[in-house]
Amino acid sequence: MGKTLAEKIFDAHLRDEPFPGTRVLNIDRVLCHEITTPVAIADLEWRGKDRVFDRTKIKAVIDHVTPAKDSKTATQAKILRDWARRHDIPDFFDVGRNGVCHAIFPEKGFIRPGFTVIMGDSHTCTHGAFGAFAAGVGTTDLEVGILKGVCAFREPATIRVNLEGTLARGVYAKDVILHVISRLGVNGATDRVIEFRGSVVDAMSMEGRMTLCNMAIEAGGTSGVCMPDQVTVDYLWPFISSEYPDKESALADFSQWQSDADADYAQVLDIDVSTLEPQVTYGYKPDCVKPVGEMAGTVVDQIYIGTCTNGRIEDLRQAAEVLRGRVIADSVRAIVSPATPKIFNDALAEGLIQVFMDAGFCVTNPTCGACLGMSNGVLAEGEVCASTSNRNFNGRMGKGGMVHLMSPSTAAATAVTGVITDARTL
Amino acid sequence: MQKQFGGPALVLDRSDINTDEIIPAKYLTEVTKDALKPYLLEDLKLDGFDPKGETLARARVVVARENFGCGSSREHAPWVFEVNGIHTIIAQSYARIFRQNMFNCGMLAIELPGDAIDSLLEQGRQGELSIAVDLEKQEVVASNAAGEQRYGFTISSFDKALVEAGGWVEFADARY
Ligand code: SF4
Repeated sequence: MGKTLAEKIFDAHLRDEPFPGTRVLNIDRVLCHEITTPVAIADLEWRGKDRVFDRTKIKAVIDHVTPAKDSKTATQAKILRDWARRHDIPDFFDVGRNGVCHAIFPEKGFIRPGFTVIMGDSHTCTHGAFGAFAAGVGTTDLEVGILKGVCAFREPATIRVNLEGTLARGVYAKDVILHVISRLGVNGATDRVIEFRGSVVDAMSMEGRMTLCNMAIEAGGTSGVCMPDQVTVDYLWPFISSEYPDKESALADFSQWQSDADADYAQVLDIDVSTLEPQVTYGYKPDCVKPVGEMAGTVVDQIYIGTCTNGRIEDLRQAAEVLRGRVIADSVRAIVSPATPKIFNDALAEGLIQVFMDAGFCVTNPTCGACLGMSNGVLAEGEVCASTSNRNFNGRMGKGGMVHLMSPSTAAATAVTGVITDARTL
Repeated sequence: MQKQFGGPALVLDRSDINTDEIIPAKYLTEVTKDALKPYLLEDLKLDGFDPKGETLARARVVVARENFGCGSSREHAPWVFEVNGIHTIIAQSYARIFRQNMFNCGMLAIELPGDAIDSLLEQGRQGELSIAVDLEKQEVVASNAAGEQRYGFTISSFDKALVEAGGWVEFADARY
């Protein structure tokens, strides 16, 4: 019997098995942000164990509320900043150089096929797009990760999702993943890895794959995962060109991180995406998903384009394509947050920022901000937001607010009309 | 050090209670656990539930249905229970990260089958429900005015070791 990619990564990283079924893994990347890490730092100090296991394997960013909005968030940022300096952590990203964690860490080339990655953030599953095992953890797991470089897991079974067919014009990775979540349900992948396979994934950019893997957690999944291939090599080449003589040898090396053809899966889901329409959520759970047509006409107050799901350059291009030459409806306000300074810069160079501004968008610095209702676009009671983020929980973007999740293209079309709109009908 | 388990129970007849409902993100700017105390379950959507009510104030155990604690990885969710004296959750199933966070904090996330949860919820509706946990026998004893019910549960050796050690930091630090 062959092995899945997740099983191979577990085997290669096994440090200890203190009890049957409990696998303690060596961790290659411990990622940190200013919301969940300060408490871990405070606890380590309190225990007299203010140490880090390997400063080169720890990466840190201030991203959730940045620049700080009040004294409390300034204190959180300061705790992380002081700690990063104290331990001389080389990769720490502060105001001006910071971006949304799951966008900036891959962009810097920190994630490689076969890696184990943990972070005190549920959307850490995003990094599985590189063929890594990447899991969100709580502050205690993060704390032990920082101190010891290990984390305990039950070895997860894998759900294989085969995506075949051709995406219709105006249908994107976000629509695919919303559909997959509606099929699996919000806990359909609990304690499982979701492996995204098939010609649709093969044809996707790393950006699209990250959008898929980002939302694995919304079905309960431990990590999303895609098989590393030429697209992965090309994306990482600027960072690995000194490690391999050429791209062929990098690809050959990465190919060890593939599921075997005869691997055992807990579940296999075959989806032909050819007839898939753009998808939009209703209600307060991410598995409440309908084709955009059934949601068309729903009045919204705010449009939000950005986040670790859809704040990358491709997403901004998709939105700008809809917005070019158009302005947003008088009844709405619209916000775009490019997810990293590089994305912001590229968008500037491509003229996309101008398109957003001409359309009447507010362009913010890279930050999570409104995604979790902390800053830069929090909703008032009773307000509705069309958002490219990943979570529509009650109160997520502000107490009493309603969030409809959708692709950047659908969000842009919705901005133009003020009601949920299929971009293809504009 | 091992925590105290059991006591008066609050029953929440719902699935998919998420971490934003347990502790909204706007309170994540707090850097101490104690500061979270007043905000437990502030945004929970459930008819008849009052986050400022007496039942929650007295509760030491919470009973709910499936996929408890889904959503964010925030350990603030177990912490806000902890600082309110609730060290035991009983549900049909959990989101992985929440469940792990509970044991990492040395707290108990007990899984019981659907019919056991049904009858616990029913017992809770009838009147004041009190729950005792016997970790050795792996048994939950639920009692109200009408009588007593016993439910067996299983806990893995690892989870038990975490509870006994008082959490994952203690366990890992002694071993790695
Ligand atoms: S963008 Fe939203 S979902 Fe992503 S890390 Fe930030 S707060 Fe979390």
